[in-house]
Amino acid sequence: MSLQTFLQHLVNGISLGSLYALLAIGYTMVYGILRLINFAHGDIFMLATYIAFYSVTTFLLPWWAAFLIAIILTALLGIILERAAYRPLRSSPRISIMISAIGASFLIENLAIVIFGGRPKAFPIAPIFSKILVVGDVSISIVTVIIPIVTAIALFILNYIVNKTKTGMAMRAVSKDYDAAKLMGININYIISFTFGAGSALAAIGGILWGLKYPQLIPLMGIMPGLKCFIAAVIGGIGNIKGAVLGGFILGLGEIAIVASSPALSGYRDAFAFVLLIVILLFKPTGLMGKNSAEKV
Amino acid sequence: MKKANVVQSLVSIAVVVVLLTVLNGFLSSFQARIFNLCGIYVILALSMNLINGFVGLFSLGHAGFMAVGAYTTAMLTMSKEMKEMNFFLEPIAPWLLNVQLPFPIALIVGGLMASLAAFIIGAPVLRLNDDYLAIATLGFSEIIRVIFTNTQSLTNGALGLKGLPYIGIANKSSEAYWWIWGIVIITVVFMVVLIKSTYGRAFKAIREDEVAAEAMGINLFKHKMMAFVIGAFFAGIGGSLLGHLMGTIDPLLFRYLLTFNIVLIVVLGGIGSITGSVISAIVVTIAMEVLRILDGTIKIGSLVINGIPGTRMVVFSVLLMVVILFYQRGLMGTKEFSWSWFKKLPFITKKAKIS
Repeated sequence: MSLQTFLQHLVNGISLGSLYALLAIGYTMVYGILRLINFAHGDIFMLATYIAFYSVTTFLLPWWAAFLIAIILTALLGIILERAAYRPLRSSPRISIMISAIGASFLIENLAIVIFGGRPKAFPIAPIFSKILVVGDVSISIVTVIIPIVTAIALFILNYIVNKTKTGMAMRAVSKDYDAAKLMGININYIISFTFGAGSALAAIGGILWGLKYPQLIPLMGIMPGLKCFIAAVIGGIGNIKGAVLGGFILGLGEIAIVASSPALSGYRDAFAFVLLIVILLFKPTGLMGKNSAEKV
Repeated sequence: MKKANVVQSLVSIAVVVVLLTVLNGFLSSFQARIFNLCGIYVILALSMNLINGFVGLFSLGHAGFMAVGAYTTAMLTMSKEMKEMNFFLEPIAPWLLNVQLPFPIALIVGGLMASLAAFIIGAPVLRLNDDYLAIATLGFSEIIRVIFTNTQSLTNGALGLKGLPYIGIANKSSEAYWWIWGIVIITVVFMVVLIKSTYGRAFKAIREDEVAAEAMGINLFKHKMMAFVIGAFFAGIGGSLLGHLMGTIDPLLFRYLLTFNIVLIVVLGGIGSITGSVISAIVVTIAMEVLRILDGTIKIGSLVINGIPGTRMVVFSVLLMVVILFYQRGLMGTKEFSWSWFKKLPFITKKAKIS
């Protein structure tokens, strides 16, 4: 492999990894607080791309307005999802909530098929995003460069919120000890809504960037990235935001490495995440950056 | 088991067989096909209920086991000519080409292969709990699907297999009815006996409290593995039957949506109830067909509503969410059908007292 192709693959891997990281954070934050695999997170991601699509094509908004609206609406949808599907079951066994998550994901997918139609749609790409950059011998589309930059900005903002604001402190408290946080006067419902909103907004950013890079929209497009990003969150250590980012990059770079190493293996690309998951769970069940917690009886 | 119970059970089976015979008489071929599908979903729901309901392991690997069963049986029952026709892109592995077994043996081999897969998977995965188990089993079923998509010379990859022979030995489509429902009866009886045995009690103990069960001397891993392997066996059988009923299989059929369908049937019926699973599998399968009206055009008087394809799935998922949110215990909870129900009815009470 020449240096040129290596760099090309590296850039692609980084940008795919950034997309996975954005989605994985949503999983990890929700899991950290509610101990729930939000199966519908991938579908929220799908909805974001469709909202952006319709804002541009039907409502003829400029791309930046469309993206902003998509992010805000998706955050709202995430909050509504939690209110409707998870809040009523919060005191039920965890299995019930998980089944509810599966049901919600099922519902969103089927609704999307009816409302948006099952046929693939082409994501509208504004001219500024379709430029090709040529750096030395490596030619890359500008989206591939934009993705990691936007991701970095989003992560920076999230990091600020979680570590420097009062809401962030409350979030950390809730994820550490749900009941104690409640006793300290933290408004649990607000914090959970906020978490879902933030996670969904990041998923929306991920979805829009995904649409720019892989411009084909189908109602079931969220399933595979959703599953993989949950795995990314587990690999990094679930409940840990930095871990989710790390997991996302490991997954993205790993997948591209498989495709790049030999075309014969490219069919197994989707299996990579799952194999990695099982290996990680066997040797380090709490993930790379997770903390060990003993089971209380 | 008490003698009275045995008599009652035999009576139940006889009643079911009579009912099936009557039904077979007046079902049209389309209706019979749907009814066969019901039977297959009963088997699948029961096998999942064993793992998820009775042992409380939240496993989402069913589609994978079904795929293993379906492909194994298909490769064993298809004739040499049929295989050669299917594998036009890349020739079939030579050792597979000439194998052909009668359907019943192939079916059991399919189930055993699924069990074997479960055994291999279970060794690492069953040490995990709750969510991790769910996601790891889901992962395994996806890996199986990806492998089947890519092993062109063994499974014909994404093209799938077409022209699977009919269920049964005589290669007639009408035979499927008795085969499927016969297996349903065997499955139900097996599950009831298993659940009532000491193993079944151990399963329930593990479900209620793992730590307490372990303290009582129950070997957690052994029992979990046992349920997992048995569940996978029936899932494999169900998968084989499904493949042979439809006549064609491809890896996309065994996506995790299929697993979810079965989870939903089990949840609707009540997690941990055999009766619930049976009723719910039949009702849901028929309802899914009846709801098909919603996808087409509906005429109410002069009002014409143009259906949008997919509406039935939305209605189905809304119903499901309602059940999950408001009737968490499902149709039956953990209750089971028993003849003592009838003793509560006023007009039978007297007779019961006399006898």
